[in-house]
Amino acid sequence: MWRAIFALIVKELLAVLKDPKSRMVLVVPPLLQLIVFGYAATFDLNRVPIAVYDQDHSQASRDLVAQFLGSRIFEQVASPKSARQIDPLIDSRKVDLVLSIDRRFTRDLLTHRPAPVQLIVDGRDSNTALIILGYANSIITSFSLRWMQSHGDPPAPAVLDVRAQYNPTLRSQWFIVPGILAVLTQVVTLMVVGLSVAREREAGTFDQLLVTPFTQGEILIGKGLPGLLIGTVEASVIILAAVLWFDVPLRGSLFALYFGVLLFVASVIGIGLMISSIAVTQQQALLGAFLFMVPSIILSGFATPIANMPTVIRKLTWLNPMRHILIIVRGVFLEGSTTSAFIPEYAAMAAIAAVSLFAAGWLFRRRVY
Amino acid sequence: MRASVERLAGLLRKEALQIVRDPSALAIAFLLPAILLVIFGYGVTLDPHHVPLALVIEQPDAVTQSFVSELGGTPYFTTETFNTIQAADRAFDAREVSGIIWLRADFARQLSSRGDAPIGVIVNGVDANTARLIEGYLQQTWATWLSARSRVLGTRAGLPIEVQPRIRFNPAVSSRDYLVPGLIAIVMTLTGALLTALVIAREWERGTLEALMVTRASIREILLAKLLPYFVLGMGGMLATLVLAVTLFGVPFRGSLLVLTAAAALFLLAALGMGLLISSVARNQFVAGQIAVIVTFLPAFILSGFVFDIRSMPWAIRLITHIVAARYFVAILQSEFLAGDVWSVIVPNALALLIMASIFLGAARLGARKRLD
Repeated sequence: MWRAIFALIVKELLAVLKDPKSRMVLVVPPLLQLIVFGYAATFDLNRVPIAVYDQDHSQASRDLVAQFLGSRIFEQVASPKSARQIDPLIDSRKVDLVLSIDRRFTRDLLTHRPAPVQLIVDGRDSNTALIILGYANSIITSFSLRWMQSHGDPPAPAVLDVRAQYNPTLRSQWFIVPGILAVLTQVVTLMVVGLSVAREREAGTFDQLLVTPFTQGEILIGKGLPGLLIGTVEASVIILAAVLWFDVPLRGSLFALYFGVLLFVASVIGIGLMISSIAVTQQQALLGAFLFMVPSIILSGFATPIANMPTVIRKLTWLNPMRHILIIVRGVFLEGSTTSAFIPEYAAMAAIAAVSLFAAGWLFRRRVY
Repeated sequence: MRASVERLAGLLRKEALQIVRDPSALAIAFLLPAILLVIFGYGVTLDPHHVPLALVIEQPDAVTQSFVSELGGTPYFTTETFNTIQAADRAFDAREVSGIIWLRADFARQLSSRGDAPIGVIVNGVDANTARLIEGYLQQTWATWLSARSRVLGTRAGLPIEVQPRIRFNPAVSSRDYLVPGLIAIVMTLTGALLTALVIAREWERGTLEALMVTRASIREILLAKLLPYFVLGMGGMLATLVLAVTLFGVPFRGSLLVLTAAAALFLLAALGMGLLISSVARNQFVAGQIAVIVTFLPAFILSGFVFDIRSMPWAIRLITHIVAARYFVAILQSEFLAGDVWSVIVPNALALLIMASIFLGAARLGARKRLD
């Protein structure tokens, strides 16, 4: 029996890997995407173009501006001469931030009144706006604290002492690259299995497969294992690249990671086969794959945190295998977690895999046209 | 000329019938964009709300109490008190809380004697962006607390500098107002490229395109007949998402409908042209599908400036983003919705879209010669 299944697996692998074009799309684009997206997908800001509207022209205001420009985060590209010039600079997206220092800045500082500094920010990209405000605030705060010290004022009664656990320099690459591992593994696996049944159905060879002595379970294995193989190899290559190329620390147990990857690939295969066996044509299968893939990436916590979603959608994400693998991948890479930390995630993915594989097997026979 | 019009009409009728009779095409064009926009519009937000924080206050008193109530008074945080830092650490490791605020036993003493009493803050840095936002909120809360305290005590007002932020276009800094317009571009990229990429590849695979080739219809007529129905469908889907964005999500629309429609038409032409190109290069649904995923959705998601700011990318990557059509449309959408008709944003981006549309359509035209191999 196993010889026959083995033959089926070889046939499936050949079907995917024989055609040079389809071989190429499995290997080159994922690697290219890993590199491009690994650098592109970042929330970190640098060289943000700003304008400085300094009405005070004092030593203190120049010091403050120097603090901004010395940070490498901000880069001055304009110096408006009047308040009227400020808004057009922002509207046309020439600058993201206008630092406007009031005429009374030094006087207020010296007379112990709150010295006003205006920060005008482009809110079209709200996230960038918030991060810019955060950076600007911390620069101004440290300027304030230094000013109090050097002018003999009593120090602030209490100061924040912030430490970021697991990612002390807050590099978003460490967050995103492990996420890309999940995204690309899913895309490749889904593409390999998602079309496999529909392709045979369109060509008419699936009926032939159904009249062979293979049971549903065996056909399922024959269709699923090549996907598992390709998906796991893909994931391994990306793990290597994440560690060797992007220098993301891999702190936890590799076993926990691979156990998660296997369950994840299995559940994606289950969903892919399910889509594939519902679909009558390859076009429908591809559509189905898309319809699953796009929401599963956007609602996985890959770029926007699940904790921010409304309760209903947050609950729905439990059905999304990518949500679970992201927790595992990031946990193993950054938090150094081991198997015991991921029991709920393993269980959820195992359940998704079991249900979808069972449904796929059932659908194989039911949908003979 | 007349014959050509007749042939085109015949082809158009064939494509329209194919679309109407295969519900999947209609579903891609109308249902898919609407559903995606609704799910994403609700699901995609970057603003943390009610972030769970662990509080460890080793010696509670009036001062620490005032800080805690300042924290609880914002919509950003919910707090949970732990007796020891070890218990809080455990909750932190189990991801039950996203951060720890730790006021040590000598906090009050240090605060009243020499100042600079440290408020220990530990945030989970795995999600660096959220960590940074949480840090920003904490800093804001801390500054408010300081100035409130100094008002009570009658000392000089908190920090010497008063920051007055003014956020143009989006004063509430709601990430939904920023993300929903961009989502329209993502959704339309999908529908546009998917529709054409699949449809033509299918005809190649089935050999029906060869059947079309032996007719008198020129390749231009064949392509035009493929393009037009999907263009109409795509614009319909675009309108649906636009209405949803404004009505359901309440995103302000400050630009003009005419400008947006024109930009949308350009973008759709580019997306459809790309789809045509993919399908005439691939000639096989598996490969066409793979390429469509690789060159449309993921780049539109990651390289368009939809969530990840293009200006923070390294220059080599920034260069690559210029070949992503969604990038230009996202820029126009964000300005049209939140800012209005900002011509210095619209004109260069619309021009870029025009160039991309012509290149893709031209290349598709060249790639789809009547040839058999």
